[in-house]
Amino acid sequence: MSILSEAQAKAILTKVVGFSKADECTAQLTGSIRGNVRFARNDVSTAGITDNIELSVQVAYGKRVGIATINQFDDAALERVVRRAEELAKLAPENPEFMPAVEKQTYKPTPTYSAATAGITADYRAKVAIDSIAPCRAEKLIAAGYLEDQAGFVAFMNSKGNYGYQTGTSADYTCTVRTEDGRGSGWVGHNVQDVATFNAGEDIRVAMRKASASAEAKALEPGKYTVILEPAAAAGLIQFMFFYFDARSADEGRSFLSKKGGGNKLGEQVFGPQVNFFADPAYPGAAVYPWDEEGLPRGKMPIVENGKLVNMEYSRYWSQKQGKPAMAQPGNLIMTGGTKSTADLVRTTERGILVSRTWYIRMVDPQTVLLTGLTRDGTFYIENGQIKYPIKNFRFNESPVIMLNNVEELGKPVRVKGDEADAPMVVPPMKLRDFTFTSLSDAV
Amino acid sequence: MHRRDFLAFGTMGVGGLILPSMFGKVIAAEELNSVIDVAVKKALADAAMNAAKSAGATYCDVRVGRYLRQFVITRERNVENIVNTESTGVGIRVIAGGAWGFAATNEMTKEAVAKAATQAVAIAKANAPTQSAPVQLAPVKGAGEVSWRTPIVKNSMTVPIKDKVDLLMGVNAAAMDAGADFIRSILFLVNEQKYFASTDGSYIDQDVHRIWAPMEVTAVDKATGKFRVREGLSAPMGLGFEYLDGAASGKTVLPNGVTVYGNSYDMKEDAIAAAKQARAKIKAPSVKPGKYDLVLDPSHTWLTIHESVGHPLELDRVLGYEANYAGTSFATMDKLQANFQYGSDKVNIVADKTQPGSLGAVAFDDEGVKTKKWDLIRNGKLVGYQAIRDQAHIEGKSESDGCCYADSWSNVQFQRMANVSLEPGKAKQSVADMIANVEDGIYIIGDGSFSIDQQRYNAQFGGQLFYEIKQGKITQQIEDVAYQIRTPEFWNACARVCDASDYRLGGSFFDGKGQPAQVSAVSHGSSTARFNGINVINTARSLG
Repeated sequence: MSILSEAQAKAILTKVVGFSKADECTAQLTGSIRGNVRFARNDVSTAGITDNIELSVQVAYGKRVGIATINQFDDAALERVVRRAEELAKLAPENPEFMPAVEKQTYKPTPTYSAATAGITADYRAKVAIDSIAPCRAEKLIAAGYLEDQAGFVAFMNSKGNYGYQTGTSADYTCTVRTEDGRGSGWVGHNVQDVATFNAGEDIRVAMRKASASAEAKALEPGKYTVILEPAAAAGLIQFMFFYFDARSADEGRSFLSKKGGGNKLGEQVFGPQVNFFADPAYPGAAVYPWDEEGLPRGKMPIVENGKLVNMEYSRYWSQKQGKPAMAQPGNLIMTGGTKSTADLVRTTERGILVSRTWYIRMVDPQTVLLTGLTRDGTFYIENGQIKYPIKNFRFNESPVIMLNNVEELGKPVRVKGDEADAPMVVPPMKLRDFTFTSLSDAV
Repeated sequence: MHRRDFLAFGTMGVGGLILPSMFGKVIAAEELNSVIDVAVKKALADAAMNAAKSAGATYCDVRVGRYLRQFVITRERNVENIVNTESTGVGIRVIAGGAWGFAATNEMTKEAVAKAATQAVAIAKANAPTQSAPVQLAPVKGAGEVSWRTPIVKNSMTVPIKDKVDLLMGVNAAAMDAGADFIRSILFLVNEQKYFASTDGSYIDQDVHRIWAPMEVTAVDKATGKFRVREGLSAPMGLGFEYLDGAASGKTVLPNGVTVYGNSYDMKEDAIAAAKQARAKIKAPSVKPGKYDLVLDPSHTWLTIHESVGHPLELDRVLGYEANYAGTSFATMDKLQANFQYGSDKVNIVADKTQPGSLGAVAFDDEGVKTKKWDLIRNGKLVGYQAIRDQAHIEGKSESDGCCYADSWSNVQFQRMANVSLEPGKAKQSVADMIANVEDGIYIIGDGSFSIDQQRYNAQFGGQLFYEIKQGKITQQIEDVAYQIRTPEFWNACARVCDASDYRLGGSFFDGKGQPAQVSAVSHGSSTARFNGINVINTARSLG
C-alpha cells in the first residue's frame, strides 16, 4: 500500500485538488517502506519495518496558508483534509513572503529507483548482520552496526496543473568494529541507491583491518599537518556546504560569502583552483528527485568552477526580491577530483596524517565557517609514502573555506553520506596542507 | 540531534510542503485540547496483554500514546510557519522465549492491538534462538491504576495561537528596535499523553508537558563585514505556558549586569539584551589563548554536564550497545568498581527523574518503574550509572533506575538520560564571592558550540557571552572563546560551586540516540561553578 502506482497517486491527487475552494491548492503524497537491522556486541539487537503513507494538502487564500495531512484515502477523508487546510488558512496570519504555487513545469525523470534495493527482505537484512558479525567473531573483534533501506515515492499536483511522480530507493550501511581490549577501532560506511553494488562481507574487512591496525597508537603533538582525508572523513566537513551557498544570508551580511559593505561574493575566487562543485539530479549513483521543495525543476547546476563561485541559491522569494532568476535548490552535491585512490595519495606524501573518519563536527564561528570535530576509527602517521604507525585521535579546529584553499591533490570521488545530512554527496579523498589539529583525544 | 541543529530545521520548512513528519500528522489547533478516555486505553491495553499471553509471552507492556506538538516559527516581522501535529497509536513490547519482541499500530481497535501483540510475540520467538542469554528483568511491583500530570499552571495547548503570535511579534519588534538586524524566535510546545500498562499489574496514565522558546538575534556590521549572533538565555522546561510570564521571581541579575532566568522567562527583555550584546560582540576584543580559571554560569554548564557526565554514565553506552552511533564511554565498569576519581571532592552529581520543572520529570518511566533520584558521582567518586530493567543486574543492582523512554508509541523504549545535575555547594557562596577570588579568569554565560569524542574524553565548548576577570573584577566583554577539556581533568579542576540560591536548570529539547534515532528532552541543573587552569583557545580566523 505504501508505494502507490502513478495511476493510483494521480487519481487521489486529482480528487483532492478538485475538492479545494481556496485560491490555490497543492497536494503531495509521500509513501515509503523502511526496513532496518541493528546489531551490537556481535549480536542482533533490533530489527523492524515501518510502512507509512501520507497526504499533505497546502491551500492559500491570498497570502494566508494552511497545511493539513492525513493517512486515510476514502473520498470523505480526502475532502475532510482539504477543508481542514482551508480552515487553518483562514485563521493564519498573512505571510509577507508568500509565493504562489508554481506554474506547470516539465520534469525530466532521474534514475532514483533500484529494484534490487526495493526488493530487500528481512532475510537479506539478517544476512547483512551475520556477514558483518561472523568474521568479527572469528577474529575476536566486536561489531556494532546498522542497515537501513527504503523504497518510496513522491507524487504531487497543484491547481495550476503542475504534476510530478517518481519512485526512489536508498540503503545505508555502517559498522563500527572494535578490538576486544578496546584499543583499536575501525569503521566502514556504504551509502547506495542500488544495493547490487553492496557486499557487507567485503565492506566489513575494511573496518576489521582498521580496528586491528589502529591499536597501539602513538601520540603526536597537535599542530598544523599535511593530511589525507578519506572521502568519509572529508564528507563530515563538506556536508556543511549544503547551507553555504544561500544568496539570502550572504546578501543579509551573515555568511562567509557576504561582501564587506554589502552584497555577496558571486563571481569571486573563494577556493583554490582545484575545487569544483556542482549539483546534478541525474548524477549516476547519486541521483535525486528532479524537483525541489518548491516544485522548481532541477537541472545540472555548476556552483564552484576552478575555485570561483559561479552560482548561488536563490529561493523563489529572494530571487524575486533581488531581480535574479529563481533556480531549484540542489538535492545533491558533487565535488570533482582526479583518478587516484587514497592509497595513491599516501604514496606521494612525504610526511602527513591519514584520517579515516571525522566525528561530532559543530560550527564554532559562522563568520569563517570554523568547524571543530575529531578524528576516529583509524588515524595514521605517513612518512615517505608509507603508513608508519597508528596515532592517537586529534581534535581539529578548521574552516572548510581555508581547507579548500590548501588543496594539494584530490583523488577519485565516491558517493558518501554525512553523519548528519541525508542528501547524497560525491566527495574525493583529499590531500590538504596545514590542517589544524588543536588537541589530542584519548578516545578510541 | 541537538537544539542548535533543530533551529536549522526551523529555517528549512518555509513556504514549501515540508512538514515535520517526524512528529506525526498535522491537525487543527482545537484538537490539541482533547484526550482519549482512560477506559478506552485500558480496554486496548488489556486486549493486547491477553493476546500476548495467549501467544506465549511471559511479559508484556503496552503504551497507548497520543503525542501532540505545536511549533510557531517567526523571523523579524513574519510568521513563517505554524504547525500542529498529532501522533496516536499503540506500542507493544513482549518477552517470549527469553527474547524481546516489539510491534506497533496506529489502529486503535482491540483487534488491531491484539494482532500487533501476536506479531511482537512472533518476533521475540524468532529472535530467541540467536540470543546469547535470556532477558533478565529487574522486578517491579504493579502500580495499580494511577495517574500523574506535569504540575503546570497554563496548558500551552489551550493558549490561543493569536496570543502566541502576538508574543513572538512583540519579542521580534523589541529586538529590532534595540538594534538587531535579524531575529528568529520559535515556540516549541509538547504534550505527551502516555498510558502504560504491563502484566506486572500497572495501569499508569500520565500527561506530560514541555515548553521551549529559543531565539537567535543577529547583528551585522556591513562596513567591516562582521556579524555576531546572540542566542536566547532561556531553558527548555517541564512547565506550562506560565514559563513565559516573565515573573520577577525568575530573574537573576549577575555581577556584570546580565539578566539570566530560572523558572520564569522574560523573552522580550532577553531579546532586547541580546540585540545590544550581539552588537557589543562585534566590537569586543579577541581572547588571548592560554590557561584560565573559568567561572561558568548554569546557562552554560548544563551542556558540559550533559556531554561529559550524562552521556558517559549511560550503561548501554558503557556496554557497547551504542558503539556504532552515539558512541561508547571512557567510564568503564572497572572504573565504577574502583570508585574512579571523576572529579574533585566538590563534585556531587545526581540523576533525578522527579525534579519539578525539569524536562525529564515523570512519576513512572516508560516501563512502569517509579522514578527516583540517585547518585552518579559522590564527593568526586564514580558511584553509579543510569540503567533500566534489563540492565540493572549487569551493574549488580536489584532495581531499575527508572530512566526508560521512547519518543513515540511507534518506537521501542530504551535507556535514556535522566536529568543529571551538579549539586550546589553546601557552604554559602554567591557568584560575586566566587569572582572576587579569581585572578585571571573568564566568565561564560549561555551555551554555544559543543563537540565531544565518542568516548567522552576530549570536549570543546563555546558560549554566548564571555567576560574577562582580572584580579577579582570583571573588566570587559571578550570574544572568540572556546575551552578544550579532558573530562576527568576538567571535573577534578572544579574548585568551588556556588550555593543553592544560584541553582538553575538548562537543558536539551532534542537529544538524539539510537538507530533508528529517537529524541528525548533532559534538564541539567547547577549553581555557578569555578574550574581552575582550563585550556582556552582563540577561535577567530581570517579568510584573507
